Amino acid sequence: MATKEKADRNAAASKKSSGMTLKRRQTIVGMSFITPNFIGFFVLILIPVLFTFRLCFSRWDGYNPMEFAGLENFRYIFTHKVFQDAVIKTLIFTVCSVGITTFLSLGLAVLINQKLKGIGIFRTAIFFPYVASVVAVAAVWQMLFQKDMGLINEVLRFFGVADPPGWLASTKWALTGVIIVNIWKSMGYYMIIYLAALQDVPTSLVEASMIDGANAWQRFWKVKWPLLSNATFFVVMMLTINSFKSFDLIYALTEGGPGTATTLMSNYIYNQSFVSWDYGRASAAAMVLFAIVAVITLFQFRIEKKFSND
Amino acid sequence: MLNKLSPWKKAGLYIVLILVCVLTLLPLVWMLSASLKLDKDVFRIPIEWIPSNPAWSNYQRIWDQVPMLRFTFNTFKITVITTIIQVFTCSFAAYGFAKCQFKGRNLLFLIYVATIAVPWQVYMLPQYSMIQQFGLVDTHASLILLHAFDAFGVFLLRQFCMGIPNELLEAARIDGLSEYGVYRKIVLPQMGPSIATLVIFTFVTNWNDFMGPMIYLNSTELKTVQLGIRMFMGQYSTEYGLIMAASVVSLIPVVIVFLIFQKQFVQGIATSGLKG
Repeated sequence: MATKEKADRNAAASKKSSGMTLKRRQTIVGMSFITPNFIGFFVLILIPVLFTFRLCFSRWDGYNPMEFAGLENFRYIFTHKVFQDAVIKTLIFTVCSVGITTFLSLGLAVLINQKLKGIGIFRTAIFFPYVASVVAVAAVWQMLFQKDMGLINEVLRFFGVADPPGWLASTKWALTGVIIVNIWKSMGYYMIIYLAALQDVPTSLVEASMIDGANAWQRFWKVKWPLLSNATFFVVMMLTINSFKSFDLIYALTEGGPGTATTLMSNYIYNQSFVSWDYGRASAAAMVLFAIVAVITLFQFRIEKKFSND
Repeated sequence: MLNKLSPWKKAGLYIVLILVCVLTLLPLVWMLSASLKLDKDVFRIPIEWIPSNPAWSNYQRIWDQVPMLRFTFNTFKITVITTIIQVFTCSFAAYGFAKCQFKGRNLLFLIYVATIAVPWQVYMLPQYSMIQQFGLVDTHASLILLHAFDAFGVFLLRQFCMGIPNELLEAARIDGLSEYGVYRKIVLPQMGPSIATLVIFTFVTNWNDFMGPMIYLNSTELKTVQLGIRMFMGQYSTEYGLIMAASVVSLIPVVIVFLIFQKQFVQGIATSGLKG
């Protein structure tokens, strides 16, 4: 209710000062709408983001006085084997997640975009993993991935795989396991985006192509696919950014292990922050992550602009 | 008619769809099934999908072994307060960004949008440091502050707000309503569906939040449901049935909300996705 009181107060204030120019008054009124949210946003998000820029050049443990450290933090992380590996693993994780999820979510959207009875139930079922909590999801996948008794290896053995992998408990297979769960959990979300885009395709266009004798395959690739380019860019970029920052699912599944097998950049930042309490190194690693995501985002805007101009 | 499928194609489509759904839901069905088994039966092969002798006692024991009821209450409290703050401040700011003309508006909005793309890991440490200076670490207030001013809410509501025709607002202004009157009497009622979307997203995000509570909460009596399941997994790591029962319980509120408000979910994703 505080916002309403504030609104009334501001309204009274703007009436009193009717001598003000219209523009000035508009600015004050407009700002008054934004202020309640902006204060919180400024203090809790904007300042911390800007503070990271300073911390990455500092030596600080959160208690003792902060010291200027120049590029020392960056030198440390770039020569730190764990960080180097984390960057490589993040790239592997991202490329696999983005490629497979985009492909699957598009396929699922095409499947679901049919006028069939009970189609809503299928959509719900595929989308549900997205809203399920990572903790519960991780708990069940850990059991499914069990080496000796887990369901997945039972199935593999049934199909003749004599020595199935240890999945989340094995340094070699843990990353694959994490990628599988990540795809399973997120594909429903991107399917919905594709579905919305497919439903925006004008039916007249599709009908026209049918009259011209195009089969279903041609109809998809020649008519619908070009119209989906915006959605595809959005899906690919969102997936890329989300893969770079995905953390809680991996943490819940493996805590970055075994060893450092699933320590991606975001896990590295977390460990430097809340395990080592090294603000400088954590912020330097965070800056690298930020730079990568920023470049991808800018790239996205560029491409989108180019395509909307064409 | 478009999409007229032959019966054969239809049948084929159903089979593919059913297979896909079985694959996506399998882990959750397994969870439900295991939650009703004794630990020694959880991994028994062949799998008994519907336990012949369901161990309902699992669902009883979870409330005794860790303070699950307390955790549920804590989570509800944090979620409700965060949602209220979000709805008020975001709808207010959304109107400001969408329908008020003033200098610097677009720049300010750009800053908001830009922070959506900044991964939380980039600023989680300075943010922690700040909340620590407020003396709020290990309180529920820290988590409320953490989520209440998420730029996503402003963005989502602004997108909806942009769709309200300007003529309508202009007419109301000519009738003598102040900007605040326009917001309260014209815009807010129209924002109903989009606010519903925001409420649902906020609810699910908060209910499922794991990293926030893990970083900020130490005291057992303050913990949330997600941390509760982690406690189970730590303390009773081989009590598989129990862990699964706790997981099922933690999913129930989200399942209910999801099934009731599925339309808003889909709408929210489509809006933020395609116009963003």
